[in-house]
Amino acid sequence: MHKTTFVVPFFLLALLGQTAQAGVDTAIAQFSPPPDSAIPAGPFGDMVKLGKNIFNHTREYAPKYVGNSLSCANCHLAGGRLADSAPLWAAYPAYPAYRSKNKKVNSYQARLQGCFIYSMNGKAPPLDSNTLLALESYSFFLSKGAPVGDEKMAGRGFPKLPAPAEAPDLTRGKKVYEASCALCHNSNGAGRVVDAKVVFPPLWGKNSYNWGAGMHSVSTAASFIHANMPFGMPKTLTEQQAWDVAAYINSRPRPQDPRFKGSVEETRVKFHPNTKYDYYGQTIDGKQLGNPANTPPASTVPK
Amino acid sequence: MNNHHRHIHITAMVLGLGLTLSPWLTAQASSAESIGAQIAAKGIGSVPACATCHGMKGQGNPQASFPRLAGMGADYLAEQLTDYAAGTRNNPIMTPFAKQLTAAQIHDVAEYYAHLPTAKVSALPTATTAQEKMAKNLLVHGDWSRTIPSCFACHGPNGVGVKPGFPALVGQSASYTEEQLNAWQQDHRPAGAGGLMAAVAKRLKPDEITAIASYLAKIPVQ
Repeated sequence: MHKTTFVVPFFLLALLGQTAQAGVDTAIAQFSPPPDSAIPAGPFGDMVKLGKNIFNHTREYAPKYVGNSLSCANCHLAGGRLADSAPLWAAYPAYPAYRSKNKKVNSYQARLQGCFIYSMNGKAPPLDSNTLLALESYSFFLSKGAPVGDEKMAGRGFPKLPAPAEAPDLTRGKKVYEASCALCHNSNGAGRVVDAKVVFPPLWGKNSYNWGAGMHSVSTAASFIHANMPFGMPKTLTEQQAWDVAAYINSRPRPQDPRFKGSVEETRVKFHPNTKYDYYGQTIDGKQLGNPANTPPASTVPK
Repeated sequence: MNNHHRHIHITAMVLGLGLTLSPWLTAQASSAESIGAQIAAKGIGSVPACATCHGMKGQGNPQASFPRLAGMGADYLAEQLTDYAAGTRNNPIMTPFAKQLTAAQIHDVAEYYAHLPTAKVSALPTATTAQEKMAKNLLVHGDWSRTIPSCFACHGPNGVGVKPGFPALVGQSASYTEEQLNAWQQDHRPAGAGGLMAAVAKRLKPDEITAIASYLAKIPVQ
């Protein structure tokens, strides 16, 4: 009798332990932002909706600040909702924060300015401009119930890939690109446009992100690609393939680093020291990346 | 070719009549589109004219589930004919015809249809029933909780297609679209680039497939 009463609770505990463990994992992985149908009526809801439109159709809704063909939602998939695709609901609660990139404490709006300067190859909308206020309102709306200040929220950013088994290789990367990316993004990286609408975003060239954008780093791109690409087929490339194709994409020409002051070498030393995963200043196929002779200009916003 | 001739040539192409009306154009028959136009309008060998079932303008025949071909990407169309010939895309009508075409003829007829006018959509119809709302939501937004991307994210704004690889979804009959989604679910059609289309189709529920096919067929095409 004694034996039975002892053994049964032990089993139960073990089971409970397992269930609790699984339950915790699921709960962490599944922060879910409110649906769009929860956007309230009234001026705040209008601002949220504007933010959503800017996020999904950035060039159309914020033309003064965008110098390329990209939209925020090209890298932050599902309108900034998707876990492991740098979702807004994990970014918003993590600011204000110190950033080594500009060596300052950044407000959320200041962080968004960085996206416009680099990823959008454009200009920073002024603080408190409707553009930033709308994007902040949309982010705030999506973050309802998210833990403020939790920098390690599950699903935040892109899940960092471990270092590759073999150094990223451009020849292998090109093969991966042709087999798995070119159908959508085009062999020349220019993406595809239908009826003046960008369907598949350009990955390099004058209409893509510039040399200062986070995505130009091979490790960031590899992490994004492995978790999210091909679109709708996440994690189907091997980790090595993700590294190789990220290296291929990020060793093509793209708009100048906005911090460039005239010397490729100075810019490389100051802002691109990680020569292993950063091709700025390196010579590929006989051309030096970042050299103004074969580099589209930074911040090409129409005047 | 002078401007006058070029104008007539293009007009004839747009009408889908190609060589047949303009004997003097026979001299131009070396171009891929012209040979393609000939196959489309008259057939070749024992292969009947594509227009017999797919319409004079490549618009398809909704009553019989024969798909629209006009304005689809050349790569997409050529891949279908190749798949029919190989038997990997399952279709008792198309397979024997496709088997008789050479690779060059497949290329030419695909180019011909790719150059016909693309489907245009001015606006999506309002979704009123629950079924329509479900369909429109999947088409426009997808369902990322099941890794279903928006259909329009790859098939272009309002489903008009993205050349060369992504066919238009609009301008097709509900029965055709439903058959295709079911074919992917049952591995009766090649999985598409990277296996994406079969994977996405398999994530859809049967009522979603019916709803999507039916809503897409209601989108007016110019």
